[in-house]
Amino acid sequence: MALYSDKVMDHFMNPRNVGEIPDADGAGEVGNPVCGDMMTFYIKVKDDRLADVKFKTFGCGAAIAVSSMVSEMAKGKTLDEAMRITNDSVAEELGGLPKNKMHCSNLGADALHAAIDNYRSKTKGAPAKELSGAGEGESKTCPFCDSELGVGADPICQSCQIEFEDCPECGKLASNNDTCCPHCGAKLKKE
Amino acid sequence: MSADKDNRLKINEIYMDHIAAAPVRREVADAMIPLLRDGFGNPQSVHGRGQAAAEVLARAREQVAALVGADPWDVIFTATASEANNLALKGVAPARKKKSNRIIISAIEHASVLNPAKTLGKDGYEIVLLPVDGLGVVPITRLKEELAKGAGVVSIMHANTEIGTIEPIEELAAACRERDVPMHSDGWGTAGVIPVNMATLGVSALTIAGQNFGGPPGAAALILPKGTPTRSLIEGGVQERGLRAGQENIPAIAGMGVAAELAAKELGANAARTKAVRDALLSGLPAAIDDVYVTGHPERRLPNHASFCVKYIEGEGMLLFLDQKGIRAASGSACTSKSLKGSHVLEAIGVETALAQGSIVFTMGPESRIEDVDTIISVMKPVIARLREMSPIYKRK
Repeated sequence: MALYSDKVMDHFMNPRNVGEIPDADGAGEVGNPVCGDMMTFYIKVKDDRLADVKFKTFGCGAAIAVSSMVSEMAKGKTLDEAMRITNDSVAEELGGLPKNKMHCSNLGADALHAAIDNYRSKTKGAPAKELSGAGEGESKTCPFCDSELGVGADPICQSCQIEFEDCPECGKLASNNDTCCPHCGAKLKKE
Repeated sequence: MSADKDNRLKINEIYMDHIAAAPVRREVADAMIPLLRDGFGNPQSVHGRGQAAAEVLARAREQVAALVGADPWDVIFTATASEANNLALKGVAPARKKKSNRIIISAIEHASVLNPAKTLGKDGYEIVLLPVDGLGVVPITRLKEELAKGAGVVSIMHANTEIGTIEPIEELAAACRERDVPMHSDGWGTAGVIPVNMATLGVSALTIAGQNFGGPPGAAALILPKGTPTRSLIEGGVQERGLRAGQENIPAIAGMGVAAELAAKELGANAARTKAVRDALLSGLPAAIDDVYVTGHPERRLPNHASFCVKYIEGEGMLLFLDQKGIRAASGSACTSKSLKGSHVLEAIGVETALAQGSIVFTMGPESRIEDVDTIISVMKPVIARLREMSPIYKRK
């Protein structure tokens, strides 16, 4: 069995919409090469629709495939529709991702949404609300194996033996081993 | 004679991940198959079948001992090198606790040394992680400083499998002997690959695994001279001097014995061949592509090991593209590990975290050829260019 589905491999080997838009209407960047993944999305907006979407990604096969899929899904959509692209819908379109790579799909949607927020803040001065990611009230699961995490201030995944903490910046889960948040790139203090 | 051809799995496949897993030698499989088919027998049994199995076991013990210049009695067969490392730490440290509860290991050990040490740390032992220099070498002065404060057991790997650096074990072990502290060394990367001799190294215990020199999975050993106080991790019968209970995996152990005997004979020639391939890659890749850096020691390194960090990109993408072209390699990048944690070895030698993501490791075997290097370089050039073209940090150079 291969590591990735055929569709993921296709988007990884032949990514769509790679590049930059020099006169982009909005740009969004998430992650950090130190964390292992970084994505930058550029958008061109016409009549409230995404006329063009381009990206650049530093990261693994899944991260590149996710960026490519997000760009393809977003193109032609209205801004509101594009804001409703979720991590799950991207992973689903790709025919699934390995459990420990699900966080890559989070970054893809986040980067697109950041670009839209950037456009909106420039045009209306009011950034849209955070839409993606595990918000409060959701039960927490391990981003690597999807098992439910033990309750406590610092939840632990029993099967991966990884301790987690909440990122002080974005509130999402980061492993205790992380030097920076895998979601927003904020620096985490290390012992 | 073409053992090479036999071992080559697929036409046009360039397999350079020997340190992860290597093909079982044909002669080894030939020795194992009759034992799997009708060679069953428990070496503890008095009857003929049992005694035949005991003879096979004794022969393998001699062959494995001969590879590293040990007494056959010193060989404790285990299933894996990880198990042997666990036994060396969790077995020896408690038996020495009254003398000292300090365990000294290097910062670049394999997880099967690091994690047992971590566990022992939770049980009241003091764990000392020795830092390494930029080439991955444990400084003798640091070990001496720590030994002066007392130590129960020391474990420093013979060679690091991520960066290829060979540690100055002879010197380090001499310092331990001066203080009468047992020193274990993980010889996963070295036994059967370079000359390894217990007396020359001067260590008290050594982990070896057959997989690295054409043996089957499922057989490894801890060379542990008799008289080293040790606690068993698997208790039960009297197998392996009572230190590793459970019926022996006779076919795998026999295979490891045959592999050890062949490796001892061919070691010099194999090392010379892989070294030529290694050196061509170590000099060729950075010369052909900008911003590619060699990791580990340039000379004091495994003869079958070439490792690099490629700037601006991440390792897994490279591995996937290379795999499509039949080139199998490895990486220490965070994305290629299940826990998404970056390599502790690259961190210990001071490689900046972003650069460490571009780690790529090639480990050669007897079938590797010098022509493979040209193929690898010509495939990597466009792959790296393409991934860099996609990378948001490349343009910001």
